[in-house]
Amino acid sequence: MDTTITLTVDGERHELTVDTRTTLLDALRDGLGVYSPKKGCDHGQCGACTVLLAGRRVLACLALAVAHDGAEVTTASGLGKGDDLHPVARAFLDHDGFQCGYCTPGQICSAVGMLAEADQEWPSHVTEDLDAPVEIDDAEIRERMSGNICRCGAYPGIVDAIREVSR
Amino acid sequence: MNGEVTGTVGTVGSGTRTGAIGAPMERLEGRAKVTGTAPYAYEHSFEGALYLHPVLSTVARGRVRSVDPARAEAVEGVRVVLTPWNAPRLARTDDREFTILQDDEVFFRGQFVAAVVADGPEIARQAADLVVVDYEAHDHEVDPSSPDRETYRPSADDTGVEPDTEQGDVEGELAAAMVRVDQTYRTPREYNNPMEPHTTVALWEGDPDRLTLYDSTQGVHVVRGTIAEVLGLDPELVRVVSPHVGGGFGSKGSAHAHNVLAALAARALPGRPVKFALTRRHMFSLVGYRPDTRQRIRMGAAEDGRLGVLVHDVMEATSRAKEYAEMSGACTRMMYAAPARRTTHRLTPLDVPIPFWMRAPGEAPGMFALETAMDELSYACGVDPIELRVRNEPERDPETGLPWSGRNLVECLRRGAERFGWRDRDPELRAHRDGDWWVGTGVASATYPRLTMPGSVAEIAHEQDGSYTVSIGAADLGTGTWTALTQIAADALGCDTASVRLRIGDTDLPSASVAGGSSGTSSWGSAVVAAARAFREEHGNEPAVGARSRAGTPENPDQERYALHSFGAHFAEVRVNADTGEVRVPRMLGVFSVGRIINPRTARSQFVGGMVMGLSMALHEEGVVDPRFGHVVNGDLAEYHVAANADVGLVEAEWLEESDPHVNALGAAGVGEIGIVGSAAAVVNAAFHATGRRVRELPLTPDRFLS
Repeated sequence: MDTTITLTVDGERHELTVDTRTTLLDALRDGLGVYSPKKGCDHGQCGACTVLLAGRRVLACLALAVAHDGAEVTTASGLGKGDDLHPVARAFLDHDGFQCGYCTPGQICSAVGMLAEADQEWPSHVTEDLDAPVEIDDAEIRERMSGNICRCGAYPGIVDAIREVSR
Repeated sequence: MNGEVTGTVGTVGSGTRTGAIGAPMERLEGRAKVTGTAPYAYEHSFEGALYLHPVLSTVARGRVRSVDPARAEAVEGVRVVLTPWNAPRLARTDDREFTILQDDEVFFRGQFVAAVVADGPEIARQAADLVVVDYEAHDHEVDPSSPDRETYRPSADDTGVEPDTEQGDVEGELAAAMVRVDQTYRTPREYNNPMEPHTTVALWEGDPDRLTLYDSTQGVHVVRGTIAEVLGLDPELVRVVSPHVGGGFGSKGSAHAHNVLAALAARALPGRPVKFALTRRHMFSLVGYRPDTRQRIRMGAAEDGRLGVLVHDVMEATSRAKEYAEMSGACTRMMYAAPARRTTHRLTPLDVPIPFWMRAPGEAPGMFALETAMDELSYACGVDPIELRVRNEPERDPETGLPWSGRNLVECLRRGAERFGWRDRDPELRAHRDGDWWVGTGVASATYPRLTMPGSVAEIAHEQDGSYTVSIGAADLGTGTWTALTQIAADALGCDTASVRLRIGDTDLPSASVAGGSSGTSSWGSAVVAAARAFREEHGNEPAVGARSRAGTPENPDQERYALHSFGAHFAEVRVNADTGEVRVPRMLGVFSVGRIINPRTARSQFVGGMVMGLSMALHEEGVVDPRFGHVVNGDLAEYHVAANADVGLVEAEWLEESDPHVNALGAAGVGEIGIVGSAAAVVNAAFHATGRRVRELPLTPDRFLS
């Protein structure tokens, strides 16, 4: 069965018709040709498909497109302003926080979402004091970024990049 | 159809001027990667794409009796259901890996037995589930540890490496030794799992027949050669395009079955691009893996630790469908100065998927075993493990007698020891406790051959705008090829890096060897240097627009005159929880000797990434096979755990400032694999120091430390 939905992706509004079984990830990639979010596992296990939905990080492979009719989606491609890269993307370049680049857009969206979560004082598994403001140290970064797998093993560079931006 | 694949590169150069080699230049394609706009195989723009979903065998050995496509064909939007009976015929059928849908034989569970092509991916997947396959199941053997398994000696044809070697009086030295180690080490099946699943988009255009594959591969020319041969096409009529590759670690180092299946589907539906991205689970049976190994190491030494004899006997699984031999004992032939040495390799053929290259094939499991055994010897002799290695340092390659082009293992060990704080280490076992955690440190050596492959060609052309186009069909799977070759070309031409426009990843470009065996920089880089020299000789420093020159990787007579190997030293700090057995690795350090470094930024990422994969090998990775059904039960990224961010602590890499005049004109060897070699042993040795528990079987799951 097909359904027509509307998605605003990186500020651009699209109307598209999707099979109701289509994930948000496949709607973006196969439906709209927006390939910035990647498909690494299609099971919510690797984080390569991470996008921001109304500012919150979401695994696009675990979301059904029809359940997000009218949603505002931001991908790594839409984070910057014009030619200026988003500070997190810039820091990934500066610290070589990637190699093959396939997990990278998801890592960057996840980092942006994660820093917002910390700003809102959401605790993580390693947060000691649940009443104090969250201090983003290396342990917090590693814990909060562990939903995004990097098989190239660029984690040290990823942590360096996020630490720099968080300060 | 968008065939333009070079647009993101060559215009963003930071302009380092000559002396580009050695500069920590930012990745040229970096901006495209951090925004997600660098096109991987699936992501080129295609008109009218169709989607393929395969049907995989559910028995490990047997025959396909019948395939009933009727229910699948009834689904609206299905274009074709391919079966062993209706699939187009192949020209070459002697290699079982590529003999897809040509007969009814099933060699392993997870083999292609049918495929659906449809208008949408959901339709293709649904219809594939509706294909009814009836099997005649035969008894299968998938467990290499069962007794009485047949074994055989692999041929040297595939690997170019002799399976068995022997020098000196092995038995005599074993009998005479004052100190002996005799232990068996095991590594499980390990899977490459690059983040980008293997993907091919195939387009067949008729009259004349012409095939284009947008592929995720470490070697476009390698894939073209195989596919042309299997399909019976002139290689000139096959084009393979692969500008960006989402990791590979060896598994994308050759064509695999999915390339053939996509090509067959495209042939059945000419004019329509057929997109085929493997699922993560498909990757556990179709694109290779490191086979499980059982390695017995025997050492005989004097009381001071000097080795008299070293024996490394390797037993490994392979597939009955196609032989693959992991040459895990080869490192023992050159690593230490034992006057008597013996190495053997035996394969156990099983009804399992076909193994293939995974980062440092041979060296990674082999050096895990050898370097753990060296640690055992150090305790048996009461000699510090670094000093033990120094005492067994060979003046020449013990196997060939050739002089080393540059063997700086001892300097790596000493520099690493200094930086890591080895001097203050108390060798006492199970003696250091921090709260609930036992703490220990360990060391291991690393080595990898300095390989250069023949057959690459580079072309340089002078353009209207004064820039130089440098073309070679090389691959960048995250290794930094886009950037490193640009730096090499700039230096060789004596121009600014911004004046170099590199083109790679396309068979329309001059031929390139595979990105494997840490040979890319040396093989392609040498061709680029040779082409630049030819260009200047032929056209001078004021070349006309359109001037062009070509040259190939030059022959290197020193390859026969020197033993060319890289070396390194790994240090690890490990904490093992006294109650739960959980193992953590807060600190790793690697010091490497690899010749000249082209780009410190990307080289560091290669070293660190290799070490992280070694940590992952040490702590997490194991493909668990169900002997009843022959499949991997943990075939996804949740159950086959690879190191995540929180598994990794401080990982530091450094290297010796050096240049190897014998390896190539650049003085540079590759850096892709040495980081994983020996790193697992350093972790295992540190865990032993922490707990007094010697684990000889990977991975170091908590149960190994509980009893």
